[in-house]
Amino acid sequence: MATLAHGTPEVAVEEVNYLNVEHGWKSWLLTTDHKRIAMLYVFSITLMFFVGGAFAVLFRINLLEPEGLFSPEMYNRLFSMHGIVMVFFFLVPSIPATLANFLIPIMIGAKDLAFPRVNLLSWYIYVLGAILTMYAVVRGGVDTGWTFYAPYSSTYSNSYVLAAAFGVFTAGFSSILTGLNFIVTVHKMRAPGMTWSRLPLFVWSNYATGLIQVLGTPVLAITLLLLAFERIAHVGIFDPNIGGDPILFQHLFWFYSHPAVYIMILPGMGVISEIVACFSKKRLFGYNFVAFSSMAIAVLSFVVWGHHMFITGQSMYTSVAFSFLSFMVAVPSAIKVFNWTATMYKGSVSFDTPMLYAFGFIGLFTIGGLTGLHLATLGTDVATHGTYFVVAHFHYVMVGGMVMAFLGGIHFWWPKMTGRMYPEAWSKFAALIVFIGFNLTFFPQFILGYLGMPRRYHAYPPEFQALNVLSTAGASILGIGYLIPIVYLIWSWKYGPRAGKNPWGAYGLEWTIQSPPTTFNFDETPVVTREAYDYGELEEVVG
Amino acid sequence: MDASMLGMWTFLITEVLFFGGMFAAYAVYRAMYPGAFESTSEYMDVVLGGTNTAVLICSSLTMVLAVRAAQLSRRNELIRYLLLTMVFGSVFLVIKGFEYHSKWVEHLVPGFNFQYKPEYYAHNAQILFFLYFCMTGMHALHMIVGLGLLTYLVIQAYRRVFNANYFSPVEMIGLYWHFVDVVWIFLFPLLYLIGHRK
Repeated sequence: MATLAHGTPEVAVEEVNYLNVEHGWKSWLLTTDHKRIAMLYVFSITLMFFVGGAFAVLFRINLLEPEGLFSPEMYNRLFSMHGIVMVFFFLVPSIPATLANFLIPIMIGAKDLAFPRVNLLSWYIYVLGAILTMYAVVRGGVDTGWTFYAPYSSTYSNSYVLAAAFGVFTAGFSSILTGLNFIVTVHKMRAPGMTWSRLPLFVWSNYATGLIQVLGTPVLAITLLLLAFERIAHVGIFDPNIGGDPILFQHLFWFYSHPAVYIMILPGMGVISEIVACFSKKRLFGYNFVAFSSMAIAVLSFVVWGHHMFITGQSMYTSVAFSFLSFMVAVPSAIKVFNWTATMYKGSVSFDTPMLYAFGFIGLFTIGGLTGLHLATLGTDVATHGTYFVVAHFHYVMVGGMVMAFLGGIHFWWPKMTGRMYPEAWSKFAALIVFIGFNLTFFPQFILGYLGMPRRYHAYPPEFQALNVLSTAGASILGIGYLIPIVYLIWSWKYGPRAGKNPWGAYGLEWTIQSPPTTFNFDETPVVTREAYDYGELEEVVG
Repeated sequence: MDASMLGMWTFLITEVLFFGGMFAAYAVYRAMYPGAFESTSEYMDVVLGGTNTAVLICSSLTMVLAVRAAQLSRRNELIRYLLLTMVFGSVFLVIKGFEYHSKWVEHLVPGFNFQYKPEYYAHNAQILFFLYFCMTGMHALHMIVGLGLLTYLVIQAYRRVFNANYFSPVEMIGLYWHFVDVVWIFLFPLLYLIGHRK
């Protein structure tokens, strides 16, 4: 391997890889290489992340003063656009469309996904959806919240509901195509010897995610379509005046949107499994349980949506059933957390940046998950429903979980994606800042919610000001924590030291090929003879 | 099963859930307003709907025969059956168009000109008519996409692309066509025959 440890980088001739094999915008916009499409997604979702973040900055500024600094209408639009952009244009595609798109074919020893052109199509559909939603933003935004509840969204709202809903509707198809591609790829493209029980857990979790994307997203699509008909023509489907049922909208919406929160966490769990095994230098404890728990989460995710509707008038017996089923989901989630912890026990743990994010994930996800149980409990949910407690809960899972995992994964596989190392000290510093900023932002919101501050209000009683100011201060620290990696990652892409095949001494097919990989990943199809995370025989793997 | 067929099956699962949202809405409202839903059968043309059901079942038969012709490398037979399938599909859409037109004339289009007798059921019947247009409209849209795909198959077959070794596009699009037919098999009784169950 030409790691170029000797000789200066200036005169070194770079080997052919997927990045330098072709040049020019056409080679990117018409590519069918899963790695290039993953990079297209990386840029698009990062852009959307900062758009969504900008809304958050603005409404956190509003909440500095008890009476609010902006108008209520403005505040409603800000938090709605924050939710819509972050959920549908960042969190849902975040890990599947980027890291999984890049890694699944390599991890199973394939040259590409099963349908490379469908993969490119999914990116174009995503961009189209993003443009439609940005059109809604430019025209003045949406004020319905990301949930688009009828009849407010269908009849009364004066904002650009249709454009935003069509944007989300469109982006949904990109998500479906990604999921479909993963399912077929994992079934059909595995290298010889890559049995189901040898699949890396990252592949398992994205396979489970694919199932949810394929089964859930179409229901959101038809729901938004019905909403659009209602808004355009007032056909009455969700209009109580003629016997339509707005609660039906909520059922249909959450039938997708609760499973969708597992689209937004399962891939992150897959990343953490990879990182924990690598930086503990141990086979992941209870491989079968972790793999199976991903599937269990995917299945259970479809039968818990009613816990969003405990106080919307569904029958008490329905609520009891949904409450029980919601508790059930905690079991596979807890299995994962216990197994990650058990993997570290007596492992040779190192504290590289990806592992710092993994630590952050495990801690914050545990808090987010356990507070989820408070909300799944009928009695406590009545008190905390629609308060900041809920906001804090799902941000601990989505931001403390998924965004941490995304950053951890980006750092873990950055050497593979770009062939370069990032600056170690800066990255550790940023990980620390993100962790501190995150907790400062969202922990006060648990207290605010417990004290009864409702979410989605532009103003609040003066006694809540201290905690709100703390939260806004934390948000600014968090924002800086997200900006630092952008700077040093871009810097390292050009100037970072070359990484070589396997900078972490990790086990897995992706670490046996050059960094960055060639267009078709493998010169010859690999034959797999050993289990995943077989760290006992590491010496053979390290290049 | 090769990758493309598995991909199509997965896609059809997505489609089932897509239509499933509307079927769920139908089930909820029919349980809420059984009387109003029954009263709408007055206005549904069972003869045209029944004819369309027969037409679609015939098109499914010709589609299967087309797949078989492709498997046996019989090019002319393949083209013939594909064209016949397209004819049946088009007949279905033409009949559907006449039905839509008569609904418009009778002021039964929710959101545009809805007037209903008996007055007592007008509000709740509007929901059924919306579901009628939404479900059959989505179905018709899928038929139109199917006709486009069949046109593509005819062109490819004309260029002698398909033979006993390569016919998976015919099989895949055939699968899609059958799915769209099956949706109609559910739509017909649910929308046309509510009040005819004595």
